[in-house]
Amino acid sequence: MSTLAPARNLPPAVPASESGGQALGGGSHWWIYVLLAIGLILLVGPFIWMVLGSFKTTGELRQVPPTWWPQNPTLANYEDLFSRLNFLGYFFNSTVVAAAVTAGNVIFCSMMGYALAKLSFRGKKVLFGLVLGTLMVPGMVTFMPLFVLVANIGLVNTHAGLILPFLAGGFGVFLMRQFIGGIPDELLDAARVDGAGEHYIFWRIVMPLCGPAIATLTILTFLGSWNSFLWPLVVATSDTMYTLPVAIALFATGQQETNVALLMAGSVVVIMPVLLVFILLQRHFTQGIAMTGIK
Amino acid sequence: MTGRSDAVGAGSSASTAGQSPRRQELIAWSFAAPFLILFLVFMAGPILVAFVTSFTDFRVTDIRNPLAINFAGLDNYLDVLADPRFQKAAANTSVFVLVGVPLTIVLGLAAAVGLNQGVVKARALFRVGFYLPVVTSIVAIAVVWRLLLGTEVGLINGTLSIFGIDGPGWLSDQRYALWSVIAMAAWRNLGFLMVIFLAGLQTIPRDLYEAAKVDGAGAWQRFRSITLPLLRPTLLFAAVITGIGYVQFFEEVYVMTQGGPLNSTLSLALYAYSQFSFGNYGYTAAIAFVLFIAIAAVTYFQFRVLRTD
Repeated sequence: MSTLAPARNLPPAVPASESGGQALGGGSHWWIYVLLAIGLILLVGPFIWMVLGSFKTTGELRQVPPTWWPQNPTLANYEDLFSRLNFLGYFFNSTVVAAAVTAGNVIFCSMMGYALAKLSFRGKKVLFGLVLGTLMVPGMVTFMPLFVLVANIGLVNTHAGLILPFLAGGFGVFLMRQFIGGIPDELLDAARVDGAGEHYIFWRIVMPLCGPAIATLTILTFLGSWNSFLWPLVVATSDTMYTLPVAIALFATGQQETNVALLMAGSVVVIMPVLLVFILLQRHFTQGIAMTGIK
Repeated sequence: MTGRSDAVGAGSSASTAGQSPRRQELIAWSFAAPFLILFLVFMAGPILVAFVTSFTDFRVTDIRNPLAINFAGLDNYLDVLADPRFQKAAANTSVFVLVGVPLTIVLGLAAAVGLNQGVVKARALFRVGFYLPVVTSIVAIAVVWRLLLGTEVGLINGTLSIFGIDGPGWLSDQRYALWSVIAMAAWRNLGFLMVIFLAGLQTIPRDLYEAAKVDGAGAWQRFRSITLPLLRPTLLFAAVITGIGYVQFFEEVYVMTQGGPLNSTLSLALYAYSQFSFGNYGYTAAIAFVLFIAIAAVTYFQFRVLRTD
């Protein structure tokens, strides 16, 4: 799906408060730990199997009974990905697209959010309702007309074609409007009294105060773009423009279908950067929920 | 001095109230314009075009020749509804939503309540671990699951074979394929709901539980008469957002089964995509709007069932 499906590609995350370690039932129960530990193994196990598998040969992966630790660890799969196949290129494409889409959303959604929260103009309420309404529209509805549009302006199989349609989204506007709405008017009025123009106020006062919201928007947008599939699948028509998910999906369903060790290593390359960023920044992931007012 | 510029010195009485309403309006539009232009061109416009297209015979060959497109009335919609592949896709999508949403909610709620109920040690570890699958690319993790569930390489069947059990073709047998895909989706999304439920649980006052305990209510009773009712708005949100996502399930089946075997995992989104790749654009648009209506229906139904008033 596109970035329009929040449950799938735009996850807000872990709740902000760490203080919830309360034992409601009074004292911890060992069996809860056991159940949760089983759950943890089931949820994390496939990742460990994937990482370990990426160091195995296809022959070892096909062994019955299966092995857990690689018998003869090899880096051959990764060498294949980056030298024989074009994974460095796919990685570059994914990064460029995600970075541009993120920058666009942060800037354009913040500006729109400021206009909606703190400025007055005709049709403001209607526009905001319209933007929110499109959040419900499935990516399947827009992708065909978007493709026709992009084809007609000659952007098929270009970075611009991958980026432009997702440069500004309704979710970002919603998030930034909510956050900017919480900034006291007195602060802005004081600046206005001192003769500051609205653009000065926005860039020098409002944006610096939006740090947490921008962090949340950055993470969620980058993640959504990095993981997005349908649009790049349609627009990237040659090997030089594939993003990582497109490449791995096409390998898994086509030319490399039987090369399971390579598919494991490819999945590691798609998944691990995101996992590492998540583990490092999980505090920031946590702010999404509180900020969008989901309780 | 009426029409003065913004460049007034500090301490003057310049404020937005001092500027003409027209100028204020212009400034506001200068902030809104970049977003609105992108929004009109890449979101609102395409939605309108898709809607109009769904009543035409637009095909890929007409892409540079709009004059060749003919109005087709409701033909696309009638054809879609009469197509057995569409009916199969609609049935599969219904099962995916009707089973997948409650399953994911129950698992996510169990994890959240479990964590909230007395896990003090290693709380962060559990939370991060449960959330890991949510941040991963569906495509890449579906590749891993395809290998896990596979018949020759699969870890699961390989492990079962140690115990002398001949595991079924999880993805290649049409009796199991859809359930396997649903299980994978629940696996990936339960952490997302866990986090939402954890946030919801924090809003329930603790004294309620203390009071109920004093009155002799057991753990299950407290869950049923305090946690569940007070968590209703959160449950509604979780159901809506998961439902919207699941109605559109696509990547999972694109990678794991390509809709097979025998269309047993064909989803509405995958069906729409296949019609797009055949170049039947008008027809694709009609399927997309049926999908849209399905989302609206699922959301409406959930609001009816779970609304608090």
